[in-house]
Amino acid sequence: MSFFSTWFGILVLTLLESLAVIVPLLIGVAYLTYAERKVLGSMQLRKGPNVVGPFGLAQPFADAIKMLFKETIIPAGSDRGLFVIAPMITFGLAVVAWAVIPTNDHWAVANINVGILYLLAISSLGVYGIIIAGWASNSKYAFLGALRSAAQMVSYEVSMGFVIVCVLMCVGSLNLNDIVLAQRHLWFAIPLFPMFVIFFISGLAETNRAPFDLAEGDTEIVAGFFVEYSAMSFALFFLGEYANMILISGTTTVLFLGGWLSPVPFLPGGVFWFLLKVFACLFVFLWVRATLPRYRYDQIMALGWKVFLPVSLGYLVLVACVLEFGGLLPHA
Amino acid sequence: MNIAKAAWGLVLAEIVSGMALTFRTMFKAKATLDYPFEKNPTSPRFKGEHALRRYPNGEERCIACKLCEAVCPAQAITIEAEPRADGSRRTTRYDIDMTKCIYCGLCEEACPVDAIVEGPNYEFATETREELLYDKAKLLANGDRWEPELAKRLELDAPYR
Repeated sequence: MSFFSTWFGILVLTLLESLAVIVPLLIGVAYLTYAERKVLGSMQLRKGPNVVGPFGLAQPFADAIKMLFKETIIPAGSDRGLFVIAPMITFGLAVVAWAVIPTNDHWAVANINVGILYLLAISSLGVYGIIIAGWASNSKYAFLGALRSAAQMVSYEVSMGFVIVCVLMCVGSLNLNDIVLAQRHLWFAIPLFPMFVIFFISGLAETNRAPFDLAEGDTEIVAGFFVEYSAMSFALFFLGEYANMILISGTTTVLFLGGWLSPVPFLPGGVFWFLLKVFACLFVFLWVRATLPRYRYDQIMALGWKVFLPVSLGYLVLVACVLEFGGLLPHA
Repeated sequence: MNIAKAAWGLVLAEIVSGMALTFRTMFKAKATLDYPFEKNPTSPRFKGEHALRRYPNGEERCIACKLCEAVCPAQAITIEAEPRADGSRRTTRYDIDMTKCIYCGLCEEACPVDAIVEGPNYEFATETREELLYDKAKLLANGDRWEPELAKRLELDAPYR
């Protein structure tokens, strides 16, 4: 019996696997903040951080150290327990979801058969961190921000669900590994292009990013649900937001951009391609932020319910018809 | 419904053209100045830190006419004067409260002998308020420090006065 099949061995293995995901993820988050400032800077004719370290590369760590040394302020009227736990929920969920994302063939911490359901479930839970934060802060701005973000995330999850169902019909499996392998000949981004766009835009709304960052809405409700947060609890929200961005990019890559598969026929696939596609998606996140102004709240709701929902539902029916009558159903 | 569809298409087209614009902008030259290492050029008329100038022979220019004190809209200047041992009239006290000064340059305009001037220096932030209450010694020291530049700037600006 080898070491890794004893209970202790399994524990060690699980820890190592988790670390192998979490450490690169955290470094990714750190440098995503740096990339965001650089990209936004360039698009506004500025240089962005360039003083701390060569090209400002140590800036994320300087920021982290600053955050660590600040005082965590817990407002007097707040619900202490919930107030402290909310950022942990947000960040924890953003990390937990990575368990099922395959970065290479069978490279996932848990290659489960219902991977996509798991992803959907975890991303639906994400709203709790925000709601709890808004409630526990005992502040009107935080509460308004939490309400906004809850309504927004729930609305966009509906059309996101339909988009995912489209992909599932084409694959015939809920396993993320199978979903990627089904794109060996054609990425789903091409036949399902409108779904791809809807999924990505819904992703922007899911992560409360510009132009759907109403939950933060600096001009109206100061900073939204995390207005009362400071120091590390604030940093956790921040990390969670960026980890969620990477997660949505990873999900988009797996569902539509062929995961680790190589776009060039004669080159082998691998983690490299997965990372490249995730970076491309993340760049679009930043690019959109640099370009588009914030939506008005009723516009967000109208877009979600009156445009995305009917379009994704219609396309779902269309895809179903094509698959059924074109004889393209998998496993048929 | 057709109108709504067309409108939706239009919105995406506008978004795409906007995104193209930001993407092109990304590769343009940056407007950022690495401030402590790079500085913008200043005009000869730039109104920075004050200085009291001297004649080339070392004699201070100020004759204690108090025109600057009178013209100063912020009443930042305080002057006291007495005849010196050689009979010439000179200041015994020339204070500028830099926290009151609004950098309007009227003192410089009023001065008949180009004694008080506002120089090119704008990096004189201090850690205490007291350090910004300049006395005569400090102003003369400023004059000695910046004289080459001050003379050049006065000369460059002379044709327009």
